[in-house]
Amino acid sequence: MAVKTTFNFDQMLSSAREAYGEELFRMAEEGIDFVFTYTDNVAPSSSAGKLLQKYPERCFNFGIAEPNQVGAAAGLALSGLTVFSQVFGPFLSLRAADQIHTDIAYNDVNVRLIGTHSGLTAAGGPTHNTIADLALYRAIPNLTVCVPADADQCCKIIRKSMEFKGPMIIRIDRGGSPNVYEGDYEYQIGKAIETLPGTDLSIISAGSSVYWSMMAAKILKDKHGISARVIDMHTVKPMDTEMLLKCANETGNIVTVEEHSINGGIGGAVAEYLLEAGFNGKFKRIGLPDEFALLGDPDEVYKYYKMDPQGIADQVVALLK
Amino acid sequence: MHNYNIDLEMVKELEDKCVKIRKDLLNFIYRIGMGHLGGELSIVEMCVALYYKYMNYDIKNPGWEERDRLVLSKAHCSETLYTIFSDMGAYTMDYMVEHFETLETAVFGMHSNRLYCPYIEVSAGSLGHGLPIAVGLALGARKQKKNWRTFVITGDGELNEGTNWEALMAGSHYELGNLVCICDKNQVSMTGFTRDVMNIDPLGERIKAFGWDVYEVNGNNMYEVCEVLQNLPPAEPEYRRKPIFIIANTVKGQGVDFMEGDYKWHGGGIAKEELDLALISVEKSRRVR
Repeated sequence: MAVKTTFNFDQMLSSAREAYGEELFRMAEEGIDFVFTYTDNVAPSSSAGKLLQKYPERCFNFGIAEPNQVGAAAGLALSGLTVFSQVFGPFLSLRAADQIHTDIAYNDVNVRLIGTHSGLTAAGGPTHNTIADLALYRAIPNLTVCVPADADQCCKIIRKSMEFKGPMIIRIDRGGSPNVYEGDYEYQIGKAIETLPGTDLSIISAGSSVYWSMMAAKILKDKHGISARVIDMHTVKPMDTEMLLKCANETGNIVTVEEHSINGGIGGAVAEYLLEAGFNGKFKRIGLPDEFALLGDPDEVYKYYKMDPQGIADQVVALLK
Repeated sequence: MHNYNIDLEMVKELEDKCVKIRKDLLNFIYRIGMGHLGGELSIVEMCVALYYKYMNYDIKNPGWEERDRLVLSKAHCSETLYTIFSDMGAYTMDYMVEHFETLETAVFGMHSNRLYCPYIEVSAGSLGHGLPIAVGLALGARKQKKNWRTFVITGDGELNEGTNWEALMAGSHYELGNLVCICDKNQVSMTGFTRDVMNIDPLGERIKAFGWDVYEVNGNNMYEVCEVLQNLPPAEPEYRRKPIFIIANTVKGQGVDFMEGDYKWHGGGIAKEELDLALISVEKSRRVR
């Protein structure tokens, strides 16, 4: 698929965290039928706040009680409605895990859970980091997991989800992140996108890490003559294994980058699949190591754990030595 | 309660139905070898009154959009519902036995699944999930301006789970007059008396403090069960009022003298000799008016 991507660092940061609300508002304006449940972190001034103000009859605040909210979202869906349900990422994945498993996935309801502030992006330390959610979601059957690479893709996922049957989680990480894509393109749930061609290795990533991976690829090319392919694996489950095989066959070496623990997330999924498929190239998972992240501004934390573009490039160089 | 005009003939018919359901249930558990008889026997009167009389429900059309919904939150007691559906004509007892946890042909399980058994509203099993889901159903009915009512049956031990209290808050916050929670207060959980395991009393005062209207009845007395269900306020979706909480004081193992109040009958099977004695005991419990 030919997609246009951007490399403009100076562009305005767009925010998937805001974009989901804007898209829901647009959909409501178009007369598309759905309801919205949310926690006590959706400010009236936010884009989702516009939805609350203009369409209060379809919005339900559940306060600070994530399990009840997710359970009630299942109930709303069982009554015949399509439900979007926004929850703070860490508390969605850990506190409401039982409800996601049983009320949403096992009951097979049309709920789209939107986990905002995922990864390290909420700042505030490990209580507010979302580092184990993908590991949990991956192990729950009947759950589709999408991780938008930028604000525009987030809108595409939100809109596509209206035609989608069954439970879905949309994991939104950074609040502000550059656009990966320029202009319109065809988005398909479950179909990964090559955002940058390359021949020496493939970087498999999702969420805002896609952009940082592309920046890393630029450093690799400019400074080290390494040609890195970058893949936007926006649907983490079910994963596009055809794309994985293609990358393994064509570039040999594989690196994964994600805003998640290196255990159980995208890196784990890719490793599990490729090992069973007979892959024997070099492989590296980049993400948070198996420790509670140090306290600091997220930008500093990314650097510390070598998840920023330079850190990713350094780790790739070390791997390919 | 204001309407005392309960038809005694109807009460008697429902009581007789309870005797039949208890016997069918015991036979079913004997044949499949595993159940939760204590809690399954304690909810018989409530379930019979709801399905045979007070819920809008058509067994021939379980997907009927206008039906009242019943969420069995204490889903380990699903065999009571399976037995009632069978008696209502959904399928035979043999079919239940032949499709109980039989892998690819399974329709029934210890904990019910709505995708396998279409008469079940919610797949459940993990405790503390029913009331939040029921809050969502009631909100959904209001949003769609539907007149159906949502009932949810919880256990009393189950109320230890914090999600119930989150949902109690939400139920009164949204003034869900179309929501009725029935707590099967049989006083006994898996390992002993609830008051010793984790005390939930004074339950009525606590629920009232959360903004619900509380009614307390003998949940094994059909007359009292009918009285409270007959006098529910209307379920018009936009009618905002306090949700209803019915404390149904029941006896775990009700109807079988050697099971009554004994936590050892929380879960397990029943031997042939015990079954014979249990069936005699249930027949003896038949109320003669």
